[in-house]
Amino acid sequence: MVDISTSICNVRLTNPTILASGIVGVSGSALVFAARNGAGAVVSKSIGPREREGHNNPVLAEFEGGFVNAVGLPNSGVENTMDEIRFAVRNSPSPVIASIFGGTKEEFGIVAERISAAAPPLIEVNLSCPNTTTDFGLPFALCAPDAAKIIEIVKNNTKIPIIAKLAPNVPDIKEIAKAVAEAGCDAISAINTTPGMVIDVETAKPVLHNKEGGVSGPAIKPVAVKCVYDIYEAVDVPIIGIGGVTYGKDAIEMVMAGACAAQIGTGIYYRGIEIFKKVSREVEEFLLQHGYSKLKDVIGIAHKE
Amino acid sequence: MAKITKVINEAEGIKSVFLEKRIDAKPGQFVMVWIPRMDEKPFAIGYMENDSFGLTVAAVGPFSNKFCSMQPGDAVGIRGPYGTSYNLGNCKKVVMVGGGYGSASLALLAQDARKKGIDVIFIAGSRTKTRVIYEDRIKKITGKLIITTDDGSYGIKGRVTDAFEDILKKEKINKVFACGPEMMLKKVADICTAKKVDCEISIERWLKCAYGLCGHCCMDPLGIRACIEGPVINAKLAEQLTEFGNYHRVKSSRKEKIHV
Repeated sequence: MVDISTSICNVRLTNPTILASGIVGVSGSALVFAARNGAGAVVSKSIGPREREGHNNPVLAEFEGGFVNAVGLPNSGVENTMDEIRFAVRNSPSPVIASIFGGTKEEFGIVAERISAAAPPLIEVNLSCPNTTTDFGLPFALCAPDAAKIIEIVKNNTKIPIIAKLAPNVPDIKEIAKAVAEAGCDAISAINTTPGMVIDVETAKPVLHNKEGGVSGPAIKPVAVKCVYDIYEAVDVPIIGIGGVTYGKDAIEMVMAGACAAQIGTGIYYRGIEIFKKVSREVEEFLLQHGYSKLKDVIGIAHKE
Repeated sequence: MAKITKVINEAEGIKSVFLEKRIDAKPGQFVMVWIPRMDEKPFAIGYMENDSFGLTVAAVGPFSNKFCSMQPGDAVGIRGPYGTSYNLGNCKKVVMVGGGYGSASLALLAQDARKKGIDVIFIAGSRTKTRVIYEDRIKKITGKLIITTDDGSYGIKGRVTDAFEDILKKEKINKVFACGPEMMLKKVADICTAKKVDCEISIERWLKCAYGLCGHCCMDPLGIRACIEGPVINAKLAEQLTEFGNYHRVKSSRKEKIHV
């Protein structure tokens, strides 16, 4: 048997598949639903300081390489969400990661402090939502000093290890990764969706109500792999790869680039909620067929000459 | 985009909009209707014809009012069908309980049931006489239709669930299908559970993506999605949902008590 377990900041995962933020995990029970379907960890939908409705439908637009989404960070606000995270922490067979956002730098600290009371083993800091620029301006992850400042504020407001979630559409992701690592983040996840648009040619109108959104799915996988590869060269913190992971070999590719785990979101549309079990099995088969005894031996091996 | 071929008045404030598109759907499934720059909403399929299908819509909010006011030749975006469908199995005699425009998906199911030679007792409840829909259509399909109105202005006075309970006392029924307001569904499910009669209900939740991805329609405490694992679920499963007949989530995902 091969060992596909992994760990992020001393939190052990029985397998390297993680439910990505913004997908399914609206409630505590939704997170448990994904965990029971085999996710090695689950990330909640991003939690903000107050209730937000998000955008009108359509919030997702399908295209041949994946989806463009602009759900718009709907959430019931951190006070109403505490019990959802508590429910997930209590009932999920795998670790729960609370994703947080704020409209201002200070709000990240407030949400981090509040949600810590629900005791998620990890917190992911969403610095990079690309579809709320009308409300919040450009994502903080596009600017190294802004991203670093938020990480510093969040670290000052929680003892729980934090993951900085980065955006791909920057001139040099290494610079951003170094800035957030120096500011004290315990891990980095990459990438968030990258800005995109789908226009319905019959009506000549953008499909998404928000017009622009973030691209996810197989189309962005090579972008994500390169970002993970670059971040691995730049910093020493654990990396979680996100973007287009649909099959076991995609997860392996992320791990070879330097990730210790891979998040899955859009893949649920292609392979069902059982995708976590399927990808885990495929990862195991790959390792076995290629003579590896454990997943950890594969992390970052694409960097060897 | 699909063109509207005709719009018919079903009752006061309720219309059926027919769309020029061939759709391979099973009774209980729904489509997403897109009005560009406005919104996109789910509707259960109420009519299926060779090259078109119809949606029965109550004008209750800005979107449904706009949709109901559209004319033949206008077009809307359509994607789907999505979700689970009703399962007639090997039943000999079934009851269908429709509340308001909830009768839409059940009328299609009644057509399928009659084709299979299954006896159908259809009970349709409305608030008042002017809101009764599908009377002639269902009578043509099933031969018999029991109508109830809350105010007694037409048919039997009272709740559709009372008429349903009377039927269960008198007849040997293999399975029950229900679609309508959630408190009605809860009552039907409770009655069927108590009498050990198999039952399927169509549950409604705030749908956003309908691709099974956004998670907005996940139901407590199992986390199952109304758009993928539903909308049609067995009453046994519904009874495991603590939010069934209790609360739903609004656009932000905040919980809100269900009253009707």
